[in-house]
Amino acid sequence: MAASTPTNIQRPPLRTSRGNHVRRNMMNILVSVLAIAATALVILPLIRIFIYLLAKGFSSLSWAFFTQQPKPVGMPGGGMENSIVGSAILLLIASVIGVPIGVSAGIFLAEFGRSSKIANAVRFTADVLNGVPSIVMGIAVSALIVLPQKHFSAFAGGVALGIMMIPTITRTTEEMLLLVPSSIREAALGLGLPQWRSVLSITLRSASAGVVTGCMLAFARVAGETAPLLFTAFGSSILSVDLNQPISALPLQIYVYAISPYDEWHRLAWAGALVLIVLIVVSVALVRFFVGRGALKGNR
Amino acid sequence: MVKSKFQEEARLAEPSDISAQIGTSQEPQEARQQVPSPPSAIRTFLNGRGNSKGADSAFRGTMLICALSIFAIVILIATVLILRAHLAMSTFGFGFLTSHLWNPHPPGTPQNDSPDGQFGALPFIYATLVSSFLSLLIAVPLAVGTAIFLTEMCPGFLRGPLAFLTELLAAIPSVVYGLWAVFVLIPLLRDKVNPLLIKGLGWTGLFSGNNTGFGMLAAGVILAIMILPIISSLTREVMSAVPSSQREAALALGATRWEMIRMGVLRNARIGIVGAIILGLGRAIGETMAVTMVIGNKNIISPSLLSSANTMPSLLANEYGEADPGLYLSALVEIGLVLFVVTIIVNAMARLMVWAVTRGAPDAVR
Repeated sequence: MAASTPTNIQRPPLRTSRGNHVRRNMMNILVSVLAIAATALVILPLIRIFIYLLAKGFSSLSWAFFTQQPKPVGMPGGGMENSIVGSAILLLIASVIGVPIGVSAGIFLAEFGRSSKIANAVRFTADVLNGVPSIVMGIAVSALIVLPQKHFSAFAGGVALGIMMIPTITRTTEEMLLLVPSSIREAALGLGLPQWRSVLSITLRSASAGVVTGCMLAFARVAGETAPLLFTAFGSSILSVDLNQPISALPLQIYVYAISPYDEWHRLAWAGALVLIVLIVVSVALVRFFVGRGALKGNR
Repeated sequence: MVKSKFQEEARLAEPSDISAQIGTSQEPQEARQQVPSPPSAIRTFLNGRGNSKGADSAFRGTMLICALSIFAIVILIATVLILRAHLAMSTFGFGFLTSHLWNPHPPGTPQNDSPDGQFGALPFIYATLVSSFLSLLIAVPLAVGTAIFLTEMCPGFLRGPLAFLTELLAAIPSVVYGLWAVFVLIPLLRDKVNPLLIKGLGWTGLFSGNNTGFGMLAAGVILAIMILPIISSLTREVMSAVPSSQREAALALGATRWEMIRMGVLRNARIGIVGAIILGLGRAIGETMAVTMVIGNKNIISPSLLSSANTMPSLLANEYGEADPGLYLSALVEIGLVLFVVTIIVNAMARLMVWAVTRGAPDAVR
């Protein structure tokens, strides 16, 4: 904006000394150079990280990665089928918990609460909950579910992830609903629709693309979470679909393989990282495509 | 006075009168033949739809409960942590935060119980603070520089893609950063950067000891990369919330572009920028996986940035899984509780600061 403002208007002769003028211009150039350098310093390593991940991941990725179980140490081959299935189950549980609560809370904020005290308090709490470290979430859920049951379970992992989805979904849903013009709400009510019907089938439907992408954003974010699963889902080296048993997950398995000393496992870790990244980048890009920058400020 | 009261009564009575009129006057002859008269088609339809009042308030109530469940979650987390940490809190009191002893199994005690274990959180608090501030030291200038470039200088066609790239950085999972750090960053630090630091700055005592690559410096660098996008995107947000009239005024007074940014933009947005930085600090304090993978995991306090350490989250990630139920577990949960409280305070502060700037801002926020 400011850049387009004409700055080359002829200035009246200044009464200050010429030295001052030169100093100010030098300062201006210096800061511009610094800002450009900072941006380059941020962007270039990022591109390198991405290229490195892609190269490493693609060279390690094979069909076996998706269809085979992990092999014991020392044997070549093997895949992460159990982790992919585990992640899918965990994310399903998380979505079942997180999406309805998150969307409903978002509806309350946008349609009923607006700027009431209670709505502001909910917004604030959601933002703060968003910032609670994921490991603390893991420990709390572990203390709540795993310790009384005395065994790790897929269910506990799903609950931890589901809770983490709620604040992001709440805030993006609210933001998306507020984008719906109030004339549409008024038209629905004017036709005699009850309010619940107007909210669900008019407002929510108009904003559905944004709400869905908001959910995907939350989904993508918890898909990469490891810390909340360490002491809840715990991980497992076999294919399991039992909600009452420990279960493996992609990020957990990447962690285990990354800190292991075996090259074969490192290879699998890179391939897993690539799968995760592709999943996440695609969802973030979708979100951006649908709603632009505003919705992304929920942060991870 | 009297008249207006009368009018009010008339108005109150009106609806029922009208409906009575509709009921009787529409088909008076049929009404006489069949008693009671059938309601009009519209009335039947509306009655068939039922009264939405009950459904509406039920809907509203459900949504409210879901919204309130966010409070419930925070309270539940706090309660669970306090209950589980109670044993350690009553055993050590506030000394827990200032003691540097972390010895779950003193010699001679059974492995599966730890009544005599000594627990102090100081090494972990220290490492958390050092690595977080180190990351801020690296990330803040870069993030603010990037934000200045993207909001004030960047040509329009570059702004979108560059902003998208920095946001992608925020979307990469922590464990992938850890993986990258273990295989790329650590060798780089060990072979290229650390020898230089030891040679050039070894006299300060900050860079001494074993050069393994793992340690607080590595943690600080990876944390910096991870919090950069958050600080940068929030800074961008508060900077674009500054009205352009401020910029125009500064330029009209003959300011150079930097003077315009300094006086017109940064000065107005400073509270929000500080908020963004504090929010980044909150992330850095709580970040677990990447730090666990690069910090080396040693429960010691060392002034050297190259030495291994353990932050609060990395300690939890390493030891919670195998801790004996009892004092050991309770002490770990207390560390989790400390982390919870600290991040809540930090986040609340940061949010209030960001809100102070962006609240009531024009559409430029988006």
